[in-house]
Amino acid sequence: MSNPRAVDPATQLVEPEHAFPVSEAHGALVTFPTGFEAKCDELITHYPVSKRSASLPLLHLWQETFGHISPQGIEWIAAKLDLQPINILELVTFYPMFRQHPIGRIQIKVCRTLSCALAGSYKLCDHFRERCGTATSDAHGIASSPEGKYAVEFVECIASCGTAPVIMINDDFHEAVTLQRADELLGKYD
Amino acid sequence: MKNPFNHDHPPADTPLVNVQIDGVWTQMPKGLNAVEAARRVGKFIPHYCYHPKLAIVGNCRMCLIETGGPKMDASRAPVLDASGKPEINWVPRPAIGCATNLTEGMAIRTDSPLVQECRRGVMEFLLINHPLDCPICDQAGECKLQEYSVQYGNDHSRFVEEKVKKPKRVDIGERIVLDDERCIMCSRCIRFAKDTVHDDVLGFTERGSHTTLAVHPGQRFDNNYSLNTVDICPVGALTSKDFRFQMRVWFLKETKGICTNCATGCNTIIGSRESTLYRMTPRENEAVNSEWMCDQGRLGFHYIHDPKRLTQPIARHGPETTPLAWSEIIPQVAERLRQFVPEQIGIVASGRLTNEEAFLVAEIRRVLGGDSVLTDYVPRFGRADGILRSADLNPNTHGVTLMGLSNGGASLADLRRSIDAGQIRALVVLHEDLTAEAGWDGATLQKLDLLVTLGLLQNPTTDRADFILPGASFAEKRGSMINGAGRLQRLNRAIPSPGQAWDDWQILLRLKEALGGGNGLHTIEEVFKAMAAQVPAFAGLTLSRIGDLGIELEAAMPKETATE
Ligand code: SF4
Ligand code: SF4
Ligand code: FES
Ligand code: FES
Repeated sequence: MSNPRAVDPATQLVEPEHAFPVSEAHGALVTFPTGFEAKCDELITHYPVSKRSASLPLLHLWQETFGHISPQGIEWIAAKLDLQPINILELVTFYPMFRQHPIGRIQIKVCRTLSCALAGSYKLCDHFRERCGTATSDAHGIASSPEGKYAVEFVECIASCGTAPVIMINDDFHEAVTLQRADELLGKYD
Repeated sequence: MKNPFNHDHPPADTPLVNVQIDGVWTQMPKGLNAVEAARRVGKFIPHYCYHPKLAIVGNCRMCLIETGGPKMDASRAPVLDASGKPEINWVPRPAIGCATNLTEGMAIRTDSPLVQECRRGVMEFLLINHPLDCPICDQAGECKLQEYSVQYGNDHSRFVEEKVKKPKRVDIGERIVLDDERCIMCSRCIRFAKDTVHDDVLGFTERGSHTTLAVHPGQRFDNNYSLNTVDICPVGALTSKDFRFQMRVWFLKETKGICTNCATGCNTIIGSRESTLYRMTPRENEAVNSEWMCDQGRLGFHYIHDPKRLTQPIARHGPETTPLAWSEIIPQVAERLRQFVPEQIGIVASGRLTNEEAFLVAEIRRVLGGDSVLTDYVPRFGRADGILRSADLNPNTHGVTLMGLSNGGASLADLRRSIDAGQIRALVVLHEDLTAEAGWDGATLQKLDLLVTLGLLQNPTTDRADFILPGASFAEKRGSMINGAGRLQRLNRAIPSPGQAWDDWQILLRLKEALGGGNGLHTIEEVFKAMAAQVPAFAGLTLSRIGDLGIELEAAMPKETATE
């Protein structure tokens, strides 16, 4: 009379494959620099209709402050906005500009789009990668050097096509960058 | 059940508007969406993400239709056709039906060449990355992707590229498994979890060509309503661990039932094959459970196939047990019961009895001595969850109360004391285990000269019983119960009882006859009729008049058993 229950290894269940290892979720926690939380609160006031709209600004602020968005960041921001962590994880995994792991401290973005490509940006990017000793790119297309100093990214048009090839190093913009200029520029950042 | 949305049931006072559906003018409630409007005139607009009880998100595009409005002349007056009806100005591009709300003069086409072309396109895209593992998919046979493929899709694939690979067999919750490759990203499950049961743990990560339904890392979808997502998932992406790979759905016989795991009495469909019950799914009843049921109730049926199930009437003489035929055992039980005066007999009834069974127990009690026979039932309480689950875990507390078999459990202690004191010497126990469930110790039962049990499973009470009468489970019998809100509902027989186990009402009826109370009842319908003649709450009712959705009883139900 009993209900026959099948047991077959091919039907064995697998653990969910997560965007980050669960074990990391409560690993090394960052401590907030002074004023960080006040800044968050201030950003939230920009969205009086729905706090949820502050999700992206808070994610940007977190990434600017801590370099990447950790599980702690996702959970903290969700709690701050009265959301569930999955609501924030959805955004973090959608927008390519949000990173879930650290990258090099000095961030070099080389434009890869038409004008710059014609003006030699492929060679330029290779040059930077070689000089910075960066390894293969991660899921976001960013290659970081092993000691964590440099991160080189080949990006789409950064809107200065007339002065190709162009690059950005951190927040600074540099036009008509030759290989020689590239070396000079690298020397200026440390 | 309070749903956050009821798109299919707009408020009764919604004004009507004139609309044209596939060329026919009709009147519909203003604001009703086109999928529901079409349904009301017998047209079907295929849809995946739309569900009448969930927020409308319009993400699957399967419900594309053509829409239009009245053509206006230069003076902004509608242009009328030969029959005096407004001519339609069709919008050149399609719109999604689920988010198209009816307005005055609106026209829709649910099956035009453009609409058919749109559906073929949507189907082609949905199938591009679909694994097409239908042969081993539990959803096959009740899968919307399969059904719409046949009805609205293409007969061949043009896709030669590589399919996107995604996680399979993901363990996202206690009772639920996810196959991300089968997911068509309709988000029904996400919306159900968030809005209906307030457990917002599901979401889409990696949106884009790798969109992945996921639980948040470290969280689980263990909600007591999780299995409803298996029902509303249009495809086989979410499957029930309990039902996975157990039976092809097309072999299941479907019987309308009710859940007997609490006083809510959610309406169900019992899926069975031959004598095995394989699954229970909710059946829509807006007056009770809408389209949902709790996981505890849904999975709370396996006990009926337990190896401890009693399947043979048994008489015990000292250490010896003798299997007996029903025709032998019932006269013996009656004979033994007759040896006691009413004050020496006790009855423990159960909130699990149907009304008909409770009525017959009350009749037996009358024959045995009426109010002098100390009688009560075993109350059983859990916690109401504010969604469906009732605090009363007996499915028919109202019924046993109405038949006068309950003193709210207050007499159980008296009963026990009287047995311990040697006053009560014979006890009839119906569908209860007095040890584990009522907390009695075995010593009390040892004091009895006669213990008769009617029930399903072997337990310490039946181990001591002089007569063991094997009864029928909720899926094996007909009858009625009254839920916590005072609604009379019907049980139906989905499977036969195992072995010699027999319908409880038959057993009770025969016992009553053997005790000297023959009254020419032969069918359950007749039992109901006899009951309706005596119990004012059932006046004018018959078993068939209860119908599949039950009926609200007018007589006020006793207050002390209110569920919430
Ligand atoms: S798992 Fe099912 S219900 Fe959930 S989004 Fe995918 S297809 Fe829709
Ligand atoms: S709420 Fe009660 S009646 Fe409904 S399914 Fe759950 S246990 Fe069964
Ligand atoms: S193409 Fe390089 S800046 Fe536009
Ligand atoms: S049902 Fe309308 S878009 Fe999915």
